[in-house]
Amino acid sequence: MDNLLEVNNLHVSFDTYGGEVKAVRGVDFSVKKGETLAIVGESGSGKSVTTKALMGLIPSPPGRIKEGEILFEGKDLTKMKDKELSKIRGKDIAMIFQDPMTSLNPTMKVGNQIMEGLIKHQKKSKSEAKKRALELLELVGIANAEQRLKQYPHQFSGGMRQRVVIAIALACNPKLLLADEPTTALDVTIQAQILEVMKDIQKEMESGIVFITHDLGVVANVADRVAVMYAGKIVEIGKVDDIFYNPKHPYTWGLLGSMPSLDSTDDELYAIPGSPPDLMHPPKGDAFAPRSDFAMKIDFEQEPPMFKVSEDHYAATWLLHENAPAVQPPESVQTRMKGMTRESAEGDKV
Amino acid sequence: MSKEKLLEISNLKQHFKAGKKGVIKAVDGLNFDIYKGETFGLVGESGCGKSTTGRTIIRLYDATEGEVLFNGEDVHSVKDKKELKRFNREMQMIFQDPYASLNPRMKVEDIVAEGLDVHGLASNDQERKEIVVNLLETVGLNEDHANRYPHEFSGGQRQRLGIARALAVDPSFIIADEPISALDVSIQAQVVNLLKKLQNEKGLTYLFIAHDLSMVKYISDRIGVMYFGKMVELADADDLYENPMHPYTKSLLSAIPLPDPDYERSRRRFNYDPSDHDQSEEPEFREVRPDHWVLCTTKEMEKYQKDYPGK
Repeated sequence: MDNLLEVNNLHVSFDTYGGEVKAVRGVDFSVKKGETLAIVGESGSGKSVTTKALMGLIPSPPGRIKEGEILFEGKDLTKMKDKELSKIRGKDIAMIFQDPMTSLNPTMKVGNQIMEGLIKHQKKSKSEAKKRALELLELVGIANAEQRLKQYPHQFSGGMRQRVVIAIALACNPKLLLADEPTTALDVTIQAQILEVMKDIQKEMESGIVFITHDLGVVANVADRVAVMYAGKIVEIGKVDDIFYNPKHPYTWGLLGSMPSLDSTDDELYAIPGSPPDLMHPPKGDAFAPRSDFAMKIDFEQEPPMFKVSEDHYAATWLLHENAPAVQPPESVQTRMKGMTRESAEGDKV
Repeated sequence: MSKEKLLEISNLKQHFKAGKKGVIKAVDGLNFDIYKGETFGLVGESGCGKSTTGRTIIRLYDATEGEVLFNGEDVHSVKDKKELKRFNREMQMIFQDPYASLNPRMKVEDIVAEGLDVHGLASNDQERKEIVVNLLETVGLNEDHANRYPHEFSGGQRQRLGIARALAVDPSFIIADEPISALDVSIQAQVVNLLKKLQNEKGLTYLFIAHDLSMVKYISDRIGVMYFGKMVELADADDLYENPMHPYTKSLLSAIPLPDPDYERSRRRFNYDPSDHDQSEEPEFREVRPDHWVLCTTKEMEKYQKDYPGK
């Protein structure tokens, strides 16, 4: 199947007084129809900047797309004028923002905010738009939709507001949905509901989803494929099972190891030492090397290319080079992976 | 772990006025004890009153009703300022937001030493400085950091500062209100490891408030689950996760996404419906199994006991 979205060698930089901050430094990925790609990484790894670039939402200045292309259905978004872009934005590509408190307009009724896109993009009449808005609210699980349309955002709880934000994003049946930490601000129970709503809708509309999060539990729940970002680059990408059951990059090991599993362990968590690098002066070689227990001499000198692990699984670490010593992931990650397979076997029985 | 009680909380209530007539019962009749040297986890969704509970225990709010006994003395009946100071030395708090809880105009040295100054724990500047440097090193920072301002630190480092500040007066009990929620995953592990290390070294007792259930399970010895101002279940951490009894606990546990794709594919979520409860009498907090308490009616208790796996 053809790719819905293809990002090639994307570089995004911000010009600040201190110098150029290279927030995204050469990112490649693609998303197919009906597929969910999760991007994980710490704050500052460039995951949000990447999605903002896809939407053409990088404020310029200081930001700029330095290099690369973003092909949406074969058309390069980076070369489009603002006017053309705004025809796609909100219609074919929609975004769910992290914070429902700030992404809704507090002075506008919720109904009008949902109808806005419908009237603008689909040239619907007001009454048609209202009908669709009602459907959407019901779709995302808001009861009393008729009444709720006339209310303002402050009359909604956090979870409800996020549902409204999702309804707005879905209004024009987008082909591509960008979700930037859509559930991070929510409680687990509401998070589970929202994720279910998103999956149902994806099934129905066959949209592609780019899902940004730092919660690996959520990733395991929603993703078909996962891209792990570190210091502005994708360091590992693969099917969700590859990333969780056969991770190859030390950073991915670190992320997996730092989450406690419900299988109780009294040992110390595997914490990644240090903090992410300063992207004004990205380190030479492998950006993760200074924090990695597995760094070799070459990691500090030369940047690793993407090594192919299997058909869809790639990782950028010298450990995969044929001359590299064979290394096992840290013990806590290994026991955890063993624990997982056992746990899931039990889960199947229940 | 000893079973000596450090903190006894009985019938704690915290009601807030809302408008002219309304009353919000943020905390509505809590009873639980915290033992010396343990970590007590308090979980629940936002708005269930878990933060209010922490803040009421440490007396940031005055309780509407109820008692908080700390080492056998009632914290809330203390009126004398001197006495209160004594309690404050024993009880400290680590706040959720490492950005908002540090004064941006104060140097790190003064932030950390504020408690020392209030309680007169350092006799001269030299000693004060030494204590501060010592504390910074304990939490994994160093001497150079003492002269900087909070904005020069990352989120994880700021949370370390918050911990150093709490440790300054050498407390025995620390309330940690969502101390890691604002941090990145990799940094969360660093802070949790630090908290555990300090507990081992200093024999601290923690009240750990959080909504991240997997982290709570990891750090806590016992866990209390709160729902709308009431505690609905209290048990050993492992027992609670393996054998949850109250339907709300079950729904909460079934909603945790785990970093395991196979498990996620087979996961069935359990929805909590408060109207499913036995309505024949007022539910009470009962000990269904040894050390496993559930808010239930007598009928429900029988059912829970029958359904209890193992034994």
